[in-house]
Amino acid sequence: MKNLHIKILAFLLVMIGLGLAYYKVTRLGLPVLPAEQTEVWMVEARLAFEAKGGPVKARFYIPNAPPGFTVVGEDFISSKYGLTMDEGDINRTAQWAVRRAEGKQVLYYRIELAPEIAHIKPQKGNIPPFPAAPDYPEPMGSVVQALLEEVRRKSADVASFSGELLARLNASNPTENVQILRKGIESAHAWVKQVIYILAGARIPARMVYILPLKGDVSHSKLLPWLEVHNGREWLAFNPKTGSRGFPANALIWHVGDEPLLELEGGESPKVEYSVSSRFQELVLVAEQRARQINSLIMDFSLFSLPVQTQNVYRVLLLIPIGTFLIVVLRNVIGIKTFGTFMPILIALAFRETDLLWGVAMFTGIVAVGLILRFYLEYLKLLLVPRLASVLVMVILLMAVISVLTHKMGLERGLSVALFPMVILTMTIERMSLVWEEHGPGEALQQGLGSLLVAILGYLLMANKLLEHLVFVFPELLLVVLAMTLLLGRYTGYRLTEIWRFKEFLRKTELP
Amino acid sequence: MIFPWRRLRQLGVLGMNQRNADYILPFNPRHHYPLVDDKRRTKQLALAAGIAVPKLYGVVEMVHQIKRLDKLLGPHEDFVIKPAHGSGGEGILVVNGRYQGRYRKASGVILTAEEIGHHIANILSGMYSLGGLPDTALIEYRVKFDPLFEAVSYLGVPDIRTLVYRGIPALAMIRLPTRLSDGRANLHQGAIGVGIDLVTGRTSAGVWQEHAIDRHPDTEGEIRNLRIPHWESVLELAARCFDLVNLGYIGVDIVLDRDLGPMVLELNARPGLSIQLANKVGLQPRLQRIQRLSEIPSSAAERVALGKSLA
Repeated sequence: MKNLHIKILAFLLVMIGLGLAYYKVTRLGLPVLPAEQTEVWMVEARLAFEAKGGPVKARFYIPNAPPGFTVVGEDFISSKYGLTMDEGDINRTAQWAVRRAEGKQVLYYRIELAPEIAHIKPQKGNIPPFPAAPDYPEPMGSVVQALLEEVRRKSADVASFSGELLARLNASNPTENVQILRKGIESAHAWVKQVIYILAGARIPARMVYILPLKGDVSHSKLLPWLEVHNGREWLAFNPKTGSRGFPANALIWHVGDEPLLELEGGESPKVEYSVSSRFQELVLVAEQRARQINSLIMDFSLFSLPVQTQNVYRVLLLIPIGTFLIVVLRNVIGIKTFGTFMPILIALAFRETDLLWGVAMFTGIVAVGLILRFYLEYLKLLLVPRLASVLVMVILLMAVISVLTHKMGLERGLSVALFPMVILTMTIERMSLVWEEHGPGEALQQGLGSLLVAILGYLLMANKLLEHLVFVFPELLLVVLAMTLLLGRYTGYRLTEIWRFKEFLRKTELP
Repeated sequence: MIFPWRRLRQLGVLGMNQRNADYILPFNPRHHYPLVDDKRRTKQLALAAGIAVPKLYGVVEMVHQIKRLDKLLGPHEDFVIKPAHGSGGEGILVVNGRYQGRYRKASGVILTAEEIGHHIANILSGMYSLGGLPDTALIEYRVKFDPLFEAVSYLGVPDIRTLVYRGIPALAMIRLPTRLSDGRANLHQGAIGVGIDLVTGRTSAGVWQEHAIDRHPDTEGEIRNLRIPHWESVLELAARCFDLVNLGYIGVDIVLDRDLGPMVLELNARPGLSIQLANKVGLQPRLQRIQRLSEIPSSAAERVALGKSLA
């Protein structure tokens, strides 16, 4: 097959490019569209207590890789306290300590969370052992046995058993038996403990989970105790008040177990308050944090790891291949002629600094005046290099004049002319004047307009926010551009303008 | 016509991309380019091989030599100044006479010695050379064209472009200067291209500015059915140029001098495609026939015969 080698190479490049981009979109959650935002929750726990004057130690449970969320930021605000962290299998604690403290103390823990993009299966963890059936005191024992017996008959597995049990325990007009079980239970915490105690009678492993529902902006929120039962494979969540399955939407699992959240030594009347607020953040930033969390090597070696100033340079540099690809298409497929191969792309880059209309006006203006000056220099019969240098000096002076004039007129845009590539302008003027002399003004204007047109097309392409975002966030897509360029490198078909050029052949009706 | 390119394919028209990819890249090795790109070297090679070329009067390599230009040009009433690395006929200045110590261009415009010097300085600084590299200026014999072309040429000298593939002449045309081309023989500058029957050496209808024409636009001379003199030796000369430079796909430009006969003017490693328009023949079928040949005869005469039989 013709060009098999190039075709295979191009195919590989496309696969690598698209594959990497696909990974980054699906696993790292990098946005395909620019300026995409996501809701980021900010949760703050405020710990307040009275210190007695001696050493103070506060142990506080904090969320540990909560499922459904990515931690994008975590802060501890505790001026003079020393902080140590304890990472357990299930829970994580922060311990603040200070040698001497007196009076009102306030500690803050703050965590920022973004929704998880890819649903990650909950970690298996160890299967908890079956609890030993407790020795219930009477009359509770017989009541529990009767209730469990009844529920067992009406259920198939652990999930339906737990649901059925909770439904009965929470019934709005409870039976006498249930009333006994509910007796003396005041807090939600105690209620969940009671349910776990009852479930142990059926030898079902159960545990308490503290969750914080994330919704709206709440300043005095509280953790809710929730129930989880283990069915031999995974933990299933239940609302201990209604018996419905699962967690509420946007629930942050803060702590697993029924230990007190805060253990305080050397202080009294502790108070913990939670506040929740949300804001919108650039998806790219969130994805970056997320990638860091899962230790993605790809993100570690991405352009985001560069200093911001360098990043900004690459935002422009990475667009140049798009422009050169445009030139390849315009020249090898369409057949448009321009001054110099990549000169229009450099002009297009200059347009990025000046905006299109200003850029075009400035380009035409400077080239026109430059041409007039160039013709005057022709009369002086200067040698080529000094002549080019003279044109360059005049081009720069012209730009300075334009900048000063537009500034005086209050048009700040004119100042951006400073970044116009004057060497390119000089070469354009020189080439144009040559073509003018050799082939007449018509040809010169035609080629000049051709270059300008290509530059405008290049600008429109390179000023495209979507493209800029795509090549910067997914630079591997340039491999796809490379693949297409390679394929076009072996394109032996006609150029569009050749059809016009050979139209004489098309007029003949008979085949030879 | 919905798919014009299909029709062009059917007619065997060679496009720019295909020319570059299928003929120039594989058959013209880059390191042989300097032999054709430097007209001075081509001339030396041709002379060594006994091929007729216009006589070289002198060479200007440095700007300060321009001061002594009058001495160099002194013995010659008429001459041509051209860049050694020029392409597409650019930078060529033809002087066909003197007028009170000044020089008269082919177009009749009178130039001072200073203006000639400036033109040479431009050539030296690389204004007309490929890639803008510093160049040298060649001053050579001005060809006096064969009287046959008097009615079909304006201001300049017509030349015969032959496309030689693997040493075998594949297609030929004669290029007639016009007022538009300012006496130059390049089609894209406005010269007329007229196809030549390889076998008989007779011209067919021509093409000017991509339009078919029968008469010269400036002189009204009939351009059809002209018999090219020395046709056999023109073809042989073209075929021999293949041995000179070892390039598989070249355009050979030959002029017919009234007194000296056919002379090789220059070789081109990237010959244009308009030769197809001039002949109203697509190149592809001929090139493919030549490509299929397993062996190429070593004698130029045999290659010419082969080219005629394949045409």
